[in-house]
Amino acid sequence: MILLLVAVPFAAGIAVFLVRRKSFSRIMLVSAAAAHTVLFLFFCSYRANGTPLSKWFYLDDLGTLFLGSLSFLFLAAALYGVNYLRRESSVAAEKDRGDDIFANAPEALFVGCMLIFLSAMTLVMVSRHLGVIWIAIEATTLASAPLIYFHRHDRSLEATWKYLLICSVGIALALIGNLFLAIAGSGNVQGYAPLFLDNLLANASTLSAPCLKIAFIFILIGYGTKMGLAPMHTWLPDAHSEAPSVVSAVLSGALLNSAFLGILRVHEVCIASGLGAYSGDLILFFGAISMAIAAVFILSQTDYKRMLAYSSVENMGFIALGTGLGGGAVFGSMLHLVNHSFAKAMLFLVAGNILAVYRTRIVSRVKGALKILPISGILWVCGFLVISGMPPSGIFLSKFIVLRSALASGHPFIVVFSLAVVAVVFIGMSINIFKMAQNGTEEAIAAGDEKGERTLAVLSPLLLLLAVVFLGLYVPPVLENLLEHAARAAGGS
Amino acid sequence: MSGSVDVFMFVIVILNLAILSSSRLADCIHIVALQGVLVGLLSLVVQDSAITFRLILIAAVAVALKGVIFPRLLFKAIREADVGREVQPIVSYPISTLAGTLFFAVSLWISSRLPIPESRFLHFAIPVTFSSILVGLFIIVTRVKALTQVLGYLVLENGIYAFGVVLLVENPVLVEFGMLLDVFVAVFVMGIIIFHINREFDHIDTHLLSRLEDWRSRRPEGEA
Amino acid sequence: MTLDVTGLIYVALAFTLAPFMFGVINRVKAFFAGRKGRPLLQLYYDIFKLLQKGAVYSRTTSWIFKAAPVIILSAVAVSVLIVPYGGHGALLAFEGDLVLLAYLFGLARFFYILAALDTGSSFEGMGASREAQFSVLAEPAFFLALAALARLTKSVSLSGIYSYFSFGSWSVMWPVMTLAAAAILVIFFVENARVPVDDPNTHLELTMIHEVMVLDNSGPDLAFMLYGAALKFWVLGALFIGVVLPARSEMPWFDMLVFLLGMGALSVLVGVVESIVARLRLLRVPQLLTTALALAILAFMFQNS
Repeated sequence: MILLLVAVPFAAGIAVFLVRRKSFSRIMLVSAAAAHTVLFLFFCSYRANGTPLSKWFYLDDLGTLFLGSLSFLFLAAALYGVNYLRRESSVAAEKDRGDDIFANAPEALFVGCMLIFLSAMTLVMVSRHLGVIWIAIEATTLASAPLIYFHRHDRSLEATWKYLLICSVGIALALIGNLFLAIAGSGNVQGYAPLFLDNLLANASTLSAPCLKIAFIFILIGYGTKMGLAPMHTWLPDAHSEAPSVVSAVLSGALLNSAFLGILRVHEVCIASGLGAYSGDLILFFGAISMAIAAVFILSQTDYKRMLAYSSVENMGFIALGTGLGGGAVFGSMLHLVNHSFAKAMLFLVAGNILAVYRTRIVSRVKGALKILPISGILWVCGFLVISGMPPSGIFLSKFIVLRSALASGHPFIVVFSLAVVAVVFIGMSINIFKMAQNGTEEAIAAGDEKGERTLAVLSPLLLLLAVVFLGLYVPPVLENLLEHAARAAGGS
Repeated sequence: MSGSVDVFMFVIVILNLAILSSSRLADCIHIVALQGVLVGLLSLVVQDSAITFRLILIAAVAVALKGVIFPRLLFKAIREADVGREVQPIVSYPISTLAGTLFFAVSLWISSRLPIPESRFLHFAIPVTFSSILVGLFIIVTRVKALTQVLGYLVLENGIYAFGVVLLVENPVLVEFGMLLDVFVAVFVMGIIIFHINREFDHIDTHLLSRLEDWRSRRPEGEA
Repeated sequence: MTLDVTGLIYVALAFTLAPFMFGVINRVKAFFAGRKGRPLLQLYYDIFKLLQKGAVYSRTTSWIFKAAPVIILSAVAVSVLIVPYGGHGALLAFEGDLVLLAYLFGLARFFYILAALDTGSSFEGMGASREAQFSVLAEPAFFLALAALARLTKSVSLSGIYSYFSFGSWSVMWPVMTLAAAAILVIFFVENARVPVDDPNTHLELTMIHEVMVLDNSGPDLAFMLYGAALKFWVLGALFIGVVLPARSEMPWFDMLVFLLGMGALSVLVGVVESIVARLRLLRVPQLLTTALALAILAFMFQNS
């Protein structure tokens, strides 16, 4: 039954590949996304217990949280995506990129891959077998590679190749981790541990500690590559900046999360087996490095989408930091996960609007966004304020929770470090954002195409922004309950 | 059965060395294909007990994929990309060969320290599979052509698959097929991208795929 | 001290039959080329003829040039005495004699190079530098291959190592034996200056390695060099055959027969390889040698101890 969540988008994707008409693809995109959200809400409220497949597929608290953010995010992106596709196809078939001419991939490919991408990510979140999680994460890599290569030119090709190769190698390393996990249970009757999560959690005390440690390292590095933890993040700025904005939104907002879920599952096993401190420390370590590297690189960015990509690295690092700390910080991390997904997706979608008008990703060539694109300009500035943690944004709340808990549990250096990184990132981003928003000179206004803003182009970002601000002011009890349970599963208290 | 497993492992190690020292792309593809066939058959050879139908099926699929379909895909990529047939290493061949032996030595040392239960420790199987993994990573890093990076990835996957087989890690049939399918689609997509790379750049040297970078400060061309 | 008759017979065979092998090789090559080829005993005739001639020495050479052929021949001759044949212990076996073997060859090579440099000819200097360069890779490979066998058989004496092997040992120790045999075979081709490393028939400037170093030798000196090369062929061949065809029956004459047939077969193999394979570009020879080195290292590591 739960598998419907996976099957519906997958079937829709295949249908789009077979029927290649544009209107059909666009309708399928939105309806599949909507169906996914409806199904999610249905399964959420009616949690089926003890179904025959519940050893394989089951929606637990962690899964529900991740899946929820994925589902709503994808719906928003789908709504935006329809307008995006309409805009892309209405412009001349071959785009002028200054000196080069490039084309787009067929629309059916885009929508089909998006839907399969959605179904693969859903599979990660509902699966209870670590092998299936592995397959699903690899599938997300393969489904999203053509998406990054949507605009067919040399830089996106480079980004796609890097993405494909680095993530595939990373996931191969994660497979080694899975193998070690299986041997870790060699005290069992069969001599190995079947990779069902429930089995592993139940037999956690019998797992061999050294094997489990090695397994965790491999899984962390392997899935961490996909998640964007430094120093394995090198594909991320390229891929997120070269992909179409819709794709970047989903990549940043959902894919990084699914990779993190892969790590969390094994973290759960480690905690149950008594190695929680070990795995937590490792996660914390990589999170801190990611934050530091992101801060350094964000200062010199001249490409605003790349800047957003580095901000993703920083936020993912922060989530890892919070999870690694344990205790009350994990609740904050989970909340930050949701907030960041929405906020980052929103920023990418607005960036897409800016890109469509100015046709350049270089910050210095974008001027006067507030004048030319009034709604998008405001959203851009507000989005920046939200993501850098200005109250009343949800990001502020989640960061505050994590840092307060860190301080309370005796990690003052981490707090100082995080605040320093936040400050540096704020400086780096604000320079670019405000440069873009203001200084509308006459030539710049003339240079930008007068296209106006369509409703769909700003509706989704607006909704996402409102969601984040809402979460900053008031976390509904349902969500809070869910967050608490998820946090407890991931090592919090 | 340990004797025949040793034969397989011996040949796999020699094949690793052969890939590292071979300068012709076609030879490299054949070597990787042969290694894939051996690894696929390994699952049948390792069994002490009766060979089930499931095992035969998985072995057959693995052999077909790694021994037949992948080489076909890669040869097609070579033909369509029409690139030179020479492997271009960043590190010279003699050093690559010696690095291969170094990896074997390192794997011997590592496997003596791994907490793997003795009962299933077929003496050279773990070091050989581990060294395959290291050799695969090495090939990815030290070869310029995009196609050889795919070959390195295949060697890496062969090593991991053999590692799993040797440790008798049993996965349900679906999971095995899923893993094989993943590798297949990965290679397929990589082949397509290589074709595009060649069409775009007129070569498949990844040296020249470096316009997107942050280490050096230069103005990127961030056009639409 | 009891007289080791079999050992003496083996040594006598080595000293008398060594030049015969070159005749076999040449006949095989002629066969492939569709010619009748030289007489089988041609090298004997050559050596005999040279011994009766007078030597001509260039004015630029010193005592080294005069002494080198003698030193080389004596080094190789001593090595004939310490190498075991057919599984039978050598006449002068002792612990660590494999080190002595390696160094005897090193000594011979050293004077080879020095004599070539001594002539003052840049031609010969070029050959000497190539020889030196290849020996950097060849010597460790050779040494490691022998060391791998030593580790396998837990003996540090050549005779101890080779008497350990029998046909039965192939089923148990085949990985190490295969790798070591392969390494020794490559070194065999390198040390004896055979195709694919060096062509014994070529006299082109860019392609010579060993021939160019003996260009200035004449008369008895040249005879010593040729005879020394033949003995070296025999010694290295014996090392190879000892691993590949380890006949250890109770009857020494049977082992001797197998050994001689093995040497003959090896000569035929060399002839065939020389006829079929083209000579490697000089740039590729280090790669071949590194492969041999890698095989030897693998042989050393691929052991159960």
